[in-house]
Amino acid sequence: MPAVSKGDGMRGLAVFISDIRNCKSKEAEIKRINKELANIRSKFKGDKALDGYSKKKYVCKLLFIFLLGHDIDFGHMEAVNLLSSNKYTEKQIGYLFISVLVNSNSELIRLINNAIKNDLSSRNPTFMCLALHCIANVGSREMAEAFASEIPRILVAGDTMDSVKQSAALCLLRLYKTSPDLVLMGEWTSRVVHLLNDQHMGVVTAAISLITCLSQKNPDEFKTCVSLAVSRLSRIVSSASTDLQDYTYYFVPAPWLSCKLLRLLQCYPPPEDGAVKGRLVECLETILNKAQEPPKSKKVQHSNAKNAILFEAISLIIHYDSEPNLLVRACNQLGQFLQHRETNLRYLALESMCTLASSEFSHEAVKTHIETVINALKTERDVSVRQRAADLLYAMCDRSNAKQIVAEMLSYLETADYSIREEMVLKVAILAEKYAVDYSWYVDTILNLIRIAGDYVSEEVWYRVIQIVINRDDVQGYAAKTVFEALQAPACHENMVKVGGYILGEFGNLIAGDPRSSPLVQFNLLHSKFHLCSVPTRALLLSAYIKFINLFPETKATIQEVLRCDSQIRNSDVELQQRAVEYLKLSSIASTDVLATVLEEMPPFPERESSILAKLKKKKGPGAVSVTELDDSKREGGELNGGGDRGPDTASTPSPSADLLGIRSAAPVGTAQTNAGSLLVDVFSESGPAAPSAAVNDDGFLRFVCKNNGVLFENQLLQIGIKSEYRQNLGRMYLFYGNKTSVQFASFSTTVSCPGEMQSHILSDKPVEPLVEGGAQIQQVLNIECLTDFSDAPLLNIKFRYGGALQNLTLKLPVTINKFFQPTEMSSNDFFQRWKQLSQPQQEAQKIFKANHSMDTEVLKAKLLGLGTALLDNIDPNPENYVCAGVIQTKSQQIGCLLRLEPNAQAQVEETHTHTVTAKCVRSHCL
Amino acid sequence: MRFLLLFSRQGKLRLQKWFTSMSDREKKKIIRDMTTMVLARQARSCNFLQWKDLKIIYKRYASLYFCLAVESQENELLALEIIHRYVELLDKYFGNVCELDIIFNFEKAYFILDEFLMGGEIQETSKQIVNRSIEASDIPRYLKLAFTINNC
Repeated sequence: MPAVSKGDGMRGLAVFISDIRNCKSKEAEIKRINKELANIRSKFKGDKALDGYSKKKYVCKLLFIFLLGHDIDFGHMEAVNLLSSNKYTEKQIGYLFISVLVNSNSELIRLINNAIKNDLSSRNPTFMCLALHCIANVGSREMAEAFASEIPRILVAGDTMDSVKQSAALCLLRLYKTSPDLVLMGEWTSRVVHLLNDQHMGVVTAAISLITCLSQKNPDEFKTCVSLAVSRLSRIVSSASTDLQDYTYYFVPAPWLSCKLLRLLQCYPPPEDGAVKGRLVECLETILNKAQEPPKSKKVQHSNAKNAILFEAISLIIHYDSEPNLLVRACNQLGQFLQHRETNLRYLALESMCTLASSEFSHEAVKTHIETVINALKTERDVSVRQRAADLLYAMCDRSNAKQIVAEMLSYLETADYSIREEMVLKVAILAEKYAVDYSWYVDTILNLIRIAGDYVSEEVWYRVIQIVINRDDVQGYAAKTVFEALQAPACHENMVKVGGYILGEFGNLIAGDPRSSPLVQFNLLHSKFHLCSVPTRALLLSAYIKFINLFPETKATIQEVLRCDSQIRNSDVELQQRAVEYLKLSSIASTDVLATVLEEMPPFPERESSILAKLKKKKGPGAVSVTELDDSKREGGELNGGGDRGPDTASTPSPSADLLGIRSAAPVGTAQTNAGSLLVDVFSESGPAAPSAAVNDDGFLRFVCKNNGVLFENQLLQIGIKSEYRQNLGRMYLFYGNKTSVQFASFSTTVSCPGEMQSHILSDKPVEPLVEGGAQIQQVLNIECLTDFSDAPLLNIKFRYGGALQNLTLKLPVTINKFFQPTEMSSNDFFQRWKQLSQPQQEAQKIFKANHSMDTEVLKAKLLGLGTALLDNIDPNPENYVCAGVIQTKSQQIGCLLRLEPNAQAQVEETHTHTVTAKCVRSHCL
Repeated sequence: MRFLLLFSRQGKLRLQKWFTSMSDREKKKIIRDMTTMVLARQARSCNFLQWKDLKIIYKRYASLYFCLAVESQENELLALEIIHRYVELLDKYFGNVCELDIIFNFEKAYFILDEFLMGGEIQETSKQIVNRSIEASDIPRYLKLAFTINNC
């Protein structure tokens, strides 16, 4: 047997362990274990009662087997029996077994709790400590229920031994962390605070952990701890290195307690009492001074303990952020550590400086270390240290040094470790955007980023560069020129092709004057990359091609040729095939005007939080974002375009509702009338005065003008269905959100807003559930009241997290004024009498538009009925015409509305007249 | 503190202490992650690692790696000294502690740890006091030893 078994050695156990160690193979080990399990089982089942020692030995063997990674399904009862033994070592093994293999077997928990109860009331301090340890180790709800009220009593009782107090404090802390509701505050809490004054350093050390946790949750109740902590700290800091006897660790007085006191103070703002604050500042200065003294020992433990206190003090100084003098001293101290020969100290100095960089008092002082930090990024051998250096560079970056830092980070990226590349890319992208003075620098930086680390450039990054180029017309020409040049490289990254395709598709015309980048050259360049790209990129390129046809009519033939070839028009990928077919058709049948409208330049994106920043925050966790970034986060927002496959070009792609779009190209007619003062307010036209922002998805919206139920929106992730009913000026809408994935949506939230003045009043019953399980559907009810007439539909904003990515989606809710129509029947005479009465210019509107579909009578009738009006027969002398009447019910008034639709089958033109009693009215539409 | 793991250079786990409740699957995953991560570190690297939202502090003593996970606001240097103090306590008890001591007396290694830490917090930093309470529980051991040898 190789090793001595110390203590009350169990020889059988040692033999077994050494057998296991001698096993040559996994199989042999399993065989030996099974043999032992059989042996133990037979002993436990045997007739002969086992003595305590044997029981302990076998239980210990089972424990060993379990810790090797094997399942144990018996022996729990024997372990519980050991708990009631009077021999300490047997009890100890029993408790160890229970702690490690706790089982929610209710019968056993009852027995275990019984044994614990006995030990707690035994007045034997070692037994009490064992029991408390067991509770703390298991920390289950059942135990909290049984003992949460008992332990505070033990903790503050006058006759409790110090060692038991220590265990009780930490045991209570564990229970408070797992079941805070069961630990009731009471008279004991004030007495716990006074444990900070206890003579026994061990008791203070244990109690302060409990006090810190409690003060975080109930700061007011515990605020007396601040002055107590300051005086305790001051006594320790000013004590000689030997005063505290065994609590001095390598010549450092009570390092653990000091750090815990400093951490407790970080739960509170600076003390208000001048004397207390003065004393504390003195302590902090002493700690900073001590760092300059020669070490009392060469041992690393000495310097570690001393510096641990120093770093904790610096954290407190940063937390207060109110003493410029201390902040600058802290920064200088960390500056020294940046060049220390101990890697650990360099790491911690970089980490700590990151938080210091966000304080206005020390930001400048941190910046003076830029060269050292850049050097660390280049020369540190350890990747975790380099990572910290990159973090610090990011934190200390501002307008004055952005170009230098971004350049250094870019050059580091070329050799950076794979594990940190993605984060580096995000950081470079954010800094480049945040501190861009001229946007050509920004474009250069991002394109460099794609060139150097294309694989790590996430969608958010290239979406963002496109957003910015689209929103800033001063950079569009430069961007087009630069991507064009970048695409010349024989092997360029696919992300470059995406950006290139998008930007040339939008702004290729800006560089087309140069014969070296003529339209055809641009197209050939893009198309030379086509075959090497993935499906989504190809889809994007196809959209760029159709945009080219619009920008450069001379490329039409070439591009149609490409679209027409089998590899496009018969592509096995549905998306590609559909795009090829639709674009080909569009380019051949639509007039130049229609093309120009459909393929118009993208409108500016609404300003919102950078999606990249959101991604970085997500990556680093909420706590890791430095304060400088938080300034930006007040602009709420999320990822671009909800992450759909089609990316940012959805708007230029004929969508399933495109057949309804014909009317939009005729919109100038409507606009002219608006200008003419007829106040025909076009609910649907994007050219109206309040054109909806590009981010609002209103594909589904038009379909709901004439119907109340159906699917409003659908993408790969989410389907939104609607059921609605209206009566007079009231309506109720049921929204059904269906999760189409198998993954849960987290933080699901919806908000409804009414643009412009409050014209329709929307009350939501209650917020939706924040979690939508995969495949599940949740429902939301909206109550709607129409206050007065309105033209803008309410907006529904939906946010949720899917696989960590924030999805943000805004839809127009199909609440249109016609929903509040009450149909009205009337005779032909009445109709024409009223029609004539309503002939003031602001009371009538007329519109002539081209029909998109064949004018089928039944379809037309259905649509007019869907509009909510009554369809009146035998009124108009011309039987081809349709005549409708209705009253729009709002809270403030009732608005009568008459409508006549005059189809002209030959010209495929229709004319509508509407006459209403008030100025505004619905436009009839999309027939 | 969240957990403490002791493993050999070959990645064999020697001691595991969990300060919060976790399922066996999570534990196995963490053990795997920690051993691969820590064993892959080069010599003279720093002793700290970022892992998810935790700080990992590790140190090698002879053939054993001690690996401690703490919450992000905790002090790395002190965590390093917690490991060191535990090694000192083991050393004091076993006398020149080696990996084999911990293998053959694993239960003692757990008991010593329990006297020092509790519920993920430091219970007692004084070496003397911790040792005294461990020794106190060991008093009958010589009698037991004689008894054991006679019986086996």
